Amino acid sequence: MGRYIIRRILWMVPVLFIISIITFGFAKLVPGGPFDREKPLPPEIVANLNKHFGLDQPTWKQYTDYMGFTRKPSGQFAGVIEGNLGPSYSSRSRTVNDIIRAHLPVSATLGLVALLIAVGIGLPLGVVAALKQNSGWDYVSMGVAIFGVSVPGLVLGPLLQILFAQSLGWFPVAGWGSLDQAIMPALTLGLESSAIIARLTRASMLQVIREDYIRTARAKGLSERVVMVRHALKNAFIPVATILGPLFAALITGTLVVERIFAIPGLGKYFVTSITNRDTPVVMGTALLYAAFLVIANLVVDITYAFLDPRIRYS
Amino acid sequence: MTAQERAAKRLADGRPMEGEGQQKITNLWADAWRRLIRNRAAMLGGVIIIVLILIAIFADRVAPYHYAVGDSNDNYMVPLWITRVLPGNMAAYAKIGNKFAVGADYLGRDLLSRVIYGARVSLPVGFIGAFTALLIGLVYGCIAGYYGGRTDNMMMRIVDIMYAFPTMLLIILLMAIFKTSFGGAQKPGTPAYNFNQISRAVDHFLGLQGGGMLFIFMGIGITAWMGIARLARGQILSIKQKEFIEASRMIGANDLRIIVRHILPNIMGPILVSVTLSIPSYILTEVFLSFIGLGVDPPTPSWGSMISEGVGALRSFPHEVLPPSIVLAITMFSFNFLGDGLRDALDPRMKGTS
Repeated sequence: MGRYIIRRILWMVPVLFIISIITFGFAKLVPGGPFDREKPLPPEIVANLNKHFGLDQPTWKQYTDYMGFTRKPSGQFAGVIEGNLGPSYSSRSRTVNDIIRAHLPVSATLGLVALLIAVGIGLPLGVVAALKQNSGWDYVSMGVAIFGVSVPGLVLGPLLQILFAQSLGWFPVAGWGSLDQAIMPALTLGLESSAIIARLTRASMLQVIREDYIRTARAKGLSERVVMVRHALKNAFIPVATILGPLFAALITGTLVVERIFAIPGLGKYFVTSITNRDTPVVMGTALLYAAFLVIANLVVDITYAFLDPRIRYS
Repeated sequence: MTAQERAAKRLADGRPMEGEGQQKITNLWADAWRRLIRNRAAMLGGVIIIVLILIAIFADRVAPYHYAVGDSNDNYMVPLWITRVLPGNMAAYAKIGNKFAVGADYLGRDLLSRVIYGARVSLPVGFIGAFTALLIGLVYGCIAGYYGGRTDNMMMRIVDIMYAFPTMLLIILLMAIFKTSFGGAQKPGTPAYNFNQISRAVDHFLGLQGGGMLFIFMGIGITAWMGIARLARGQILSIKQKEFIEASRMIGANDLRIIVRHILPNIMGPILVSVTLSIPSYILTEVFLSFIGLGVDPPTPSWGSMISEGVGALRSFPHEVLPPSIVLAITMFSFNFLGDGLRDALDPRMKGTS
C-alpha cells in the first residue's frame, strides 16, 4: 500500500508536466498579446513590456523560464518548480500567487459547503430510493434527481434569487462575507451535484443488495440496519467515491457561473479573464492548480477504495 | 461450399440457421421501441423535443418579431400581469405594455422571439455536438479496441491524459483560439478566410445570420469524444472474442467489414444511450460558453447569453431572465426523460441507473 501511494505520487509529476506543456502551448496559440489595447500602446512601450516579461524570447524559452528550468531575463531562476507561479500581465501589482491566495479560500469555502450539501442530500436520497425501490420514496427521490440534472446552476441560481431573496426576503440577493450570503450559492452548486450522487448511489445500491455476501450477512443473523450500513452502503459507496474526486476538484477551484450570478469574489472568473487577457501565467496557474487538485483527489479516492472494499488490493 | 462454410456464412451475416427460421424473430430494436412507447415520461419528452425542432425550423414564421431588431424606447417593457407575479414594485418604474408577450430585453428586443430563435442555436448544438462526439469517439474506440495491443495501450493513454485535463479550460482556450484566428473579417485567399466562409455557410444553413456555430461544434467535438471512445473500446473488447467474429474472419471478411457489419450493430445500444444522455450536457456547454461571452456572437440569441443579460438586470427587471431559463429547463427535462427512457428500453436491467 505504502509503495503504491508513493508510486502514484511520483506519477503526478509527469502528468502535471504534460498538462503544463499542453496548456502553455494552447495559451500561446491564442493570437494577440497581453498588451494589445483598443487604443494601441506606443510600440516602444509594448517592446519594453515584452522584454521585461521575457515575451521577446522564443516560445520554448518562455516555457522553460516559466517553469524555472532556465534563467529568466531578470537573471533569476525562480519558476513553478520553486513554487513561484509568476507575474500577472493584466493586474501588474499582483503575482499569480497573490491572486490564488486571495481568491482560492473563497472558492474553497463555497465548494466545501456545496460538496457537503451534495453528499448530504444525494446519498440518503439514493439509499432510500434503492431500499424502497418502486415506492413513493423512489419516485420522489428520482424526481429530485432528474430535477437537479435538468435545472442547471445558471437557471436555478436566478430562480432562487427571485424566490428567496426578492419575494421572501430570507437571504441577500448576492454578495459574499456572511453566512446567509453563502446559503443560496452553496445550494445552487450542491443541488446539481446531489442529483448525480443520488442516481449513482441508487444504482450501485440496487446492484449491491442483490450480492451473495448480503444474503450471507442476513443469514448469520445480523440486524437489517447493520447489513445495510456496514455491508451494503460501504460497497455501494465505491462508484460514488469515484465521481467525488473530479467533483471535489471542480467545486474547490471555483465555478464561475455561480460565482458570477451571486457576485462572489472567487477564483472561477480568472479561468476566463486570464484567457481573454492573454495572461498566460494566470492561465497556467489556474490550470495547474485545478489539475493538481484533480490528481490528488483521484489518488485519495483510489486509496479509500481499499478501505471500502477489502477485495481491492494495491501492489 | 461445405456445410460448415454455409453455416459460418449464415452466422456471419446474422441470418438464422436452418430450423430456427420458423421461430418468430424478435428484434432487439422492435422490442426496445415497444418498451419506449409505453414509457409516458419518455414519450412526453420526445413530443416536446419534436415541437421544439419544429419551432426552430419555422422560427421565422412563429416568432412575432425579428430577434436582432428592437426599439430602445421599448427597453425592459413588460406586460402588466408579469409585474404582478414577480416580486418587487416593477409596475412603478418599468415600461408597461402588451406589445411583447413576455416583455422585452435591455435593447427593446422581444424576449419571446429571441428565445424562439435561440432554439436554432441550442438544438443543433445538441444534435451535431452529439454526432461529432459519436463519430470521433466511435472511430477512435473501434481502432483501439479492435487492434488491441500496443496501439490500444497508446491510444488509451492519450485518452487518460485528455481526461486529466480540465475540460472547461480546454474548451475556453479552443474557443478563444478559433474566434480570434478565424472569426471576424479575414483577408481573402488565406486559410482563415476560407474557414470563415465555411463557418458562415454553416450559420446560414442553420438559418442564422452569423453566430459562429461551427466553432462551437468543433469545440464540443474535440472535448467530448473521450467518453464514447472508452465505451466503444470496452464494448468491442468484450465482443471481438465471440465465435461469430471468428467465423466471419474465417470466411475472409476484412477488418472494416467485420467492424461495420458485425461489431457495430452489436454495440450500438449502450453507445446510443450514452450519446442521448449526453445531449443535454452539450446543450449546456454552449449555454455556459455563451453565458461567459465565448459562445455565439451577438446579436444571434442564445439562451446562455440571454440568461447572462437577465442575471445582470435581475434586481430591477427580473422578467428578463425567466423566458430563457424556463425554456432551457424544459428542454433539459425532455432530453433527460427521453434518454432515460431509451436506456430503460434498450436494457431493462439498467433501469434507474445513470
